[in-house]
Amino acid sequence: MYAIEAQNLTYTYGIKTPFEKTAIRDVSVQIPAGEFVGVIGHTGSGKSTLIQHINGLLRPTSGKLLLNGKDIWENPKEIRKVRFSAGLVFQYPEHQLFETTVYKDIAFGPTNMGLSEEEVRLRVEEAAEFTGISSALMDQSPFELSGGQKRRVAIAGVIAMRPEVLILDEPTAGLDPRGRDKILDRLRRYHQAQKNTVLLVSHSMEDVAEYCTSALVMNRGTLFAYDTVENVFCRTEELEQMGLAIPAITQVFHRLAAAGIPVSRNVFTMDAAKQALSAALEGRGRNA
Amino acid sequence: MLNDITLGQYFPGNSPLHKMDPRIKILLTVLFVVSLFLVSDPLFLIAPVIFIGILYLIARIPVRFLLKSLKPLIPILIFTTVLNLFFLPGDVTLFSFWVIQISDKGLLNAILVLIRIVCLIAGSSLLTYTTSPIALTDGIERLLSPLGKLKFPVHDLAMMMSIALRFIPTLIEETEKIMSAQKARGADMETGSLVQRAKALVPILIPLLVSAFRRAEELALAMECRCYRGGEGRTRMKQLKLHLRDLWGSLITVILCGGMIALGFLL
Amino acid sequence: MHESILCVILYISMACPGERILALTEYIHAVNLSFSYQNEPEAPQVLKDVSLSVEKGSFVAVLGHNGSGKSTLAKHMNVILLPSGGSLFVNGMDTSLEEHLWEIRQQVGMVFQNPDNQLVATVVEEDVAFAPENMGVPPEEIRRRVEEALRTVGMWDFRDHAPHRLSGGQKQRIAIAGVLAMHPDCIVLDEPTAMLDPRGRREVLETIHRLNRESGMTVILITHYMDEAAQADRVVVMDSGTVIADGTPKEVFSQVELIRSAGLDVPQTTDLVHWLRTEKGLDLPADCLTVEEAADAVAKLFS
Repeated sequence: MYAIEAQNLTYTYGIKTPFEKTAIRDVSVQIPAGEFVGVIGHTGSGKSTLIQHINGLLRPTSGKLLLNGKDIWENPKEIRKVRFSAGLVFQYPEHQLFETTVYKDIAFGPTNMGLSEEEVRLRVEEAAEFTGISSALMDQSPFELSGGQKRRVAIAGVIAMRPEVLILDEPTAGLDPRGRDKILDRLRRYHQAQKNTVLLVSHSMEDVAEYCTSALVMNRGTLFAYDTVENVFCRTEELEQMGLAIPAITQVFHRLAAAGIPVSRNVFTMDAAKQALSAALEGRGRNA
Repeated sequence: MLNDITLGQYFPGNSPLHKMDPRIKILLTVLFVVSLFLVSDPLFLIAPVIFIGILYLIARIPVRFLLKSLKPLIPILIFTTVLNLFFLPGDVTLFSFWVIQISDKGLLNAILVLIRIVCLIAGSSLLTYTTSPIALTDGIERLLSPLGKLKFPVHDLAMMMSIALRFIPTLIEETEKIMSAQKARGADMETGSLVQRAKALVPILIPLLVSAFRRAEELALAMECRCYRGGEGRTRMKQLKLHLRDLWGSLITVILCGGMIALGFLL
Repeated sequence: MHESILCVILYISMACPGERILALTEYIHAVNLSFSYQNEPEAPQVLKDVSLSVEKGSFVAVLGHNGSGKSTLAKHMNVILLPSGGSLFVNGMDTSLEEHLWEIRQQVGMVFQNPDNQLVATVVEEDVAFAPENMGVPPEEIRRRVEEALRTVGMWDFRDHAPHRLSGGQKQRIAIAGVLAMHPDCIVLDEPTAMLDPRGRREVLETIHRLNRESGMTVILITHYMDEAAQADRVVVMDSGTVIADGTPKEVFSQVELIRSAGLDVPQTTDLVHWLRTEKGLDLPADCLTVEEAADAVAKLFS
């Protein structure tokens, strides 16, 4: 049984209008529970359409989407429950904040679930902890916070529903490096603590290499690959043809390997690069 | 769901009617509408019906478009027709049953009003079908420009209208996004009592307002940076020039409407 | 009377030749520029004593995290904000003098972050015509400028499209065209790519680099992306309202600790070489920026 399973998923926008367009075609993929998946592909590749299916905002034109082995559209009236178990954080989620205090805004989701006040409080505090929202901020208006803080409040609003699958659509878009690192580090900690499935849509191949355990690549509405980060990033030439730039560090190692230096081509993160070079340099010492 | 809103009902095309000067079209529409009301004999309304029919053919606008814009007015049409038909006393009673009496005058008047309203809608819709909202705004601004001398803020009004036109699609898109985002947090907008549903709008309206204000602020700044300082000393890239087709169009419409009005007074 | 004024002007200009040259080659010149949002002594200073000159025709990237003061600096160049202390000159004109306002706004075009919130009209060409219309340019001349500007950014084929149907990168290029139609000497772009996808970013960057190269346009690019800054002639790094580094991309990015302390990224290539230098004590050039440079430097260790 997989956390998320798509079976021949196809979705067509605006059927029977002049704007009819198939956004994703025949996508089949199986994602085991507990993965931290990087979802890659450029605008129009169908990745946004795919993730909106996972929490039931879109209904497949044909094919099925299964969460924990259960077809989410089996009973369309229960679709709200699906949205609680597959939490979706949209792009620029801070634009959805509306409550008078940070606490109330984070509590919106859990309250909609019909939980008791005590349970809501527990979950809000837990979510705030995960996203690094201090208790001092809880009674402030969300509109008075900084950009990075607002975004973390919005993410907390989804985490507070304790979803089994957390999907984030470019959660770092427009943030500066500090804001980006803070969110990604918090997400990694959350994933390690909760051991649930996290899907991270990102344009940054560096971030996917650094934080994710597996990668899902969409291209022109079809699934190009779903595999471990290493296995996906190895297909450098194909990725580059799609206009997806591999990390600069990988490019350096490609050149080194091509120059006959005993290092692997498949180095995708700074830590791996440092280890690989340390080993190679030691080898050089011994040989000399 | 929100995509169904077609703005200003503009039906893009390349017909002579589409190419006519918006100012002339606005003036002629006004003339046409006024003359409709100055005619009191249904016989003379045959001419405008044929005229409108020909114009729709020239503009290549499908009849179902017209029917669509008539649809919301059906209750009013029925109401006025019934009122005229049944309650207008006349010289000759054509039909009588219980308290209902249909007189010759009633029948004539009912037909007259019916044709009048349909022509009115068809005529004014033709203006919005063949004129893009921006051209319409432009035409109104230029027609009203003499009022500017009387300190009437013509330019500002026109600018507000065109900015509204520019941002409506953006805000519709934004509304859809916010709705999806709140749905993903379990907001329930489809069920519940009226009060509950009204309450469910708060999580959508507040972010929408916040964003609209933010956009307005940024847009004002961007406009200032592009040397915007009101209508004074402003020139326009697109100059409206009158063409031969405007002259012909005016001539035909004026003769028709003039004839209708003249006959209406003579008889 | 007139002669005497002329004499004085002549005398001053001869007495300070340096000032005159400065006005000619230094297109933007900030002298001890300070700014705070309230006019109280305790109000937090967003800009502190910034002195900076930008030469005509150069491509300068201003790098800094959110709240470092980089956008505030940009807003002074277009007289959106006025200095609380010190002064800023654009092409020799003091921005604090009211009479220069429109002249400066026409000479320094401004492009903002959100492409949606700076397009005014419902048709692309009408939007590009907006600024020259405001300036009172004659209609035929506007038409010429609009065509020229749209061709420069490669959007001429989209002239009768509605802006809201275009991609982010395309919208941003329309915004650039809208500024170009004023015939400015300089373009200031305030995080123009922050909301774009990689393709849109590439489109916008290619456009502004081409403008700089081919038309000699002075470009000031405000950003927090180090890869965008790395392509500039010169990088100015800001942190807490002051300039903490200023030089060529190589000079600036080789100061790895300083850049990190300012909350910014260094390129992975520079980072790797820096690690080899500091942790491994190896003798490598500190200023490796491109993939080629870094790979060549590391490869030398094995030869």
